[in-house]
Amino acid sequence: MSPTKRAYLRVCTLLLCALPVLAAEDPELIALKAAVKAAQSAGDNAWMLVSCAFVLMMTGPGLALFYSGLVRRKNVLGTMMQSFVMMAVITLLWGVCGYSLVFGEGNAFIGDFRYAFLNGVGAAPNADYAPTIPHLTFMAYQMMFAIITPALIAGAFAERVRFHAMVVFSVLWLFLVYVPIAHMVWGKGGYLNPFLGGRIPVFDFAGGTVVHITSGFSALLTAIMIGKRSGYPQERMVPHSLVLSFIGACMLWIGWFGFNAGSALGASALASSAFVATHFAAAAGAVSWMVAERIKSGKASALGAISGAVAGLATVTQGAGFVTPVSGAIIGFIAGFVCFYMVVLVKNKLGYDDSLDAFGVHGIGGFIGCLLTGVFATRAVNDALKLANGQAAPLGLVDGNPGQILNQFIGALIGIAFALVGTWIALKVTGLITPVRMDKQQEAEGMDVALHGEEGYAFED
Amino acid sequence: MFKIEAIIQPFKLEEVREALKAAGIDGVTVTEVRGHGRQKGHKEIYRGREYNVDLLPKTKLEMVVAEARKEEVIETIMMAARTGKIGDGKIFVYHVGDAIRIRNNDRGEAAL
Repeated sequence: MSPTKRAYLRVCTLLLCALPVLAAEDPELIALKAAVKAAQSAGDNAWMLVSCAFVLMMTGPGLALFYSGLVRRKNVLGTMMQSFVMMAVITLLWGVCGYSLVFGEGNAFIGDFRYAFLNGVGAAPNADYAPTIPHLTFMAYQMMFAIITPALIAGAFAERVRFHAMVVFSVLWLFLVYVPIAHMVWGKGGYLNPFLGGRIPVFDFAGGTVVHITSGFSALLTAIMIGKRSGYPQERMVPHSLVLSFIGACMLWIGWFGFNAGSALGASALASSAFVATHFAAAAGAVSWMVAERIKSGKASALGAISGAVAGLATVTQGAGFVTPVSGAIIGFIAGFVCFYMVVLVKNKLGYDDSLDAFGVHGIGGFIGCLLTGVFATRAVNDALKLANGQAAPLGLVDGNPGQILNQFIGALIGIAFALVGTWIALKVTGLITPVRMDKQQEAEGMDVALHGEEGYAFED
Repeated sequence: MFKIEAIIQPFKLEEVREALKAAGIDGVTVTEVRGHGRQKGHKEIYRGREYNVDLLPKTKLEMVVAEARKEEVIETIMMAARTGKIGDGKIFVYHVGDAIRIRNNDRGEAAL
């Protein structure tokens, strides 16, 4: 029983003793109930508004710095703009109909237009999703996820795609991939939603499938379809400022607390559990990537350490609020090793130019995180799913439910299928509207001057 | 008059400047440059991609001195900049036709 409830009961008992003829409609009691409700709402809403801002900080400046430090100097602004423009464009589209198509009830695969233009989204909570915070807060919080997801993909085609093509592609991608998958996993009646009437229960606490699998696998396909950067891999293409990337990665780590712990949708013990599991996964990911690097090349690099932390964070996202902190650390360790192997060995062998490793970190991390959630999810952490008799349902393998791994696998495959098909369509349609790639001369000149008409570092008085 | 151009290890700059100051040489122009002689570069690895970096950061000092002081200055730079390892750099000496102080038309050695 939470402290607020306990206090509430105590006050009620007192009132009942003092007033023997207290009627149920006693105005004081009603007022008291309302006050208790308002107090919980205030606490939850405070945390959720902070979380919401944290998740936005992950895109700008977090991801913007992380990615832009990894590109060449001439592309620093262009790369930052790819993140920032999502903050502007996706926000508006989310208000027009994005939110509604994800969280409107609709059918099993997509929502409807009931909340279009934020119609009916106000101070009153939405009881289905987050009964203690204003519906507006829930809408804004979810918006931040929709912003960062297409921004992640841009890492795969860094340094070679035209600005408006990137925007057109991202908008199409939002509606073809993000919207249906997010609805299926999180929307009421969604096909994969275990809590609100889904057919196949897939546990995705904060978006391992919705954000990382979709963006990661889409990233791989865009890298292949758009092609390599000219000069890759012969030419020297080193990160122009790992200092920027380092700051960005640290902001991602901090922002991820909003992403994962915020997904508890309240200032609850579950939020604390997700917070700690997230932190342990990041730490373990950083350690295992550094160890792998030390073994492979003799040196633990700064880029390796931050990449490992991000891999751990991406991988624990799916299970953050279903697994214990210790499981979070195990997930992070596995993530660091597997993503290192993908990024350092497999990618360079296969030869595709996933320039900033959106696939190697988010796609692979998201995928193994999805499966590992089926292993480590436990009702000891999250008892929201009930059996018919009212007891908490067993979640993953550790609860004696090995079948959940298969459910998670199916969820991942559906996410991958939507990502690949949706990306293919979005990129083809974008190509019909506007040329996707910068021409050779623009690419040589760099995105900053060629696409935006400015320089990131104009060292003049 | 001679122009003395010394390309040295960047971390030796302060020692060389101190030594020149102690020898009474006032004017010097310093540039950060990149290059290599016989020194090999080093290897950098970014997420598994290896690059050999053979253009290394160096520091270039330029100063113009009177003929009488030429050898002394060369000696001073050499002693201060030397570590005894490959990559210590080189000194080049050029004849200078004239020198003019912009402020007051001083010419030749008077302008140094």
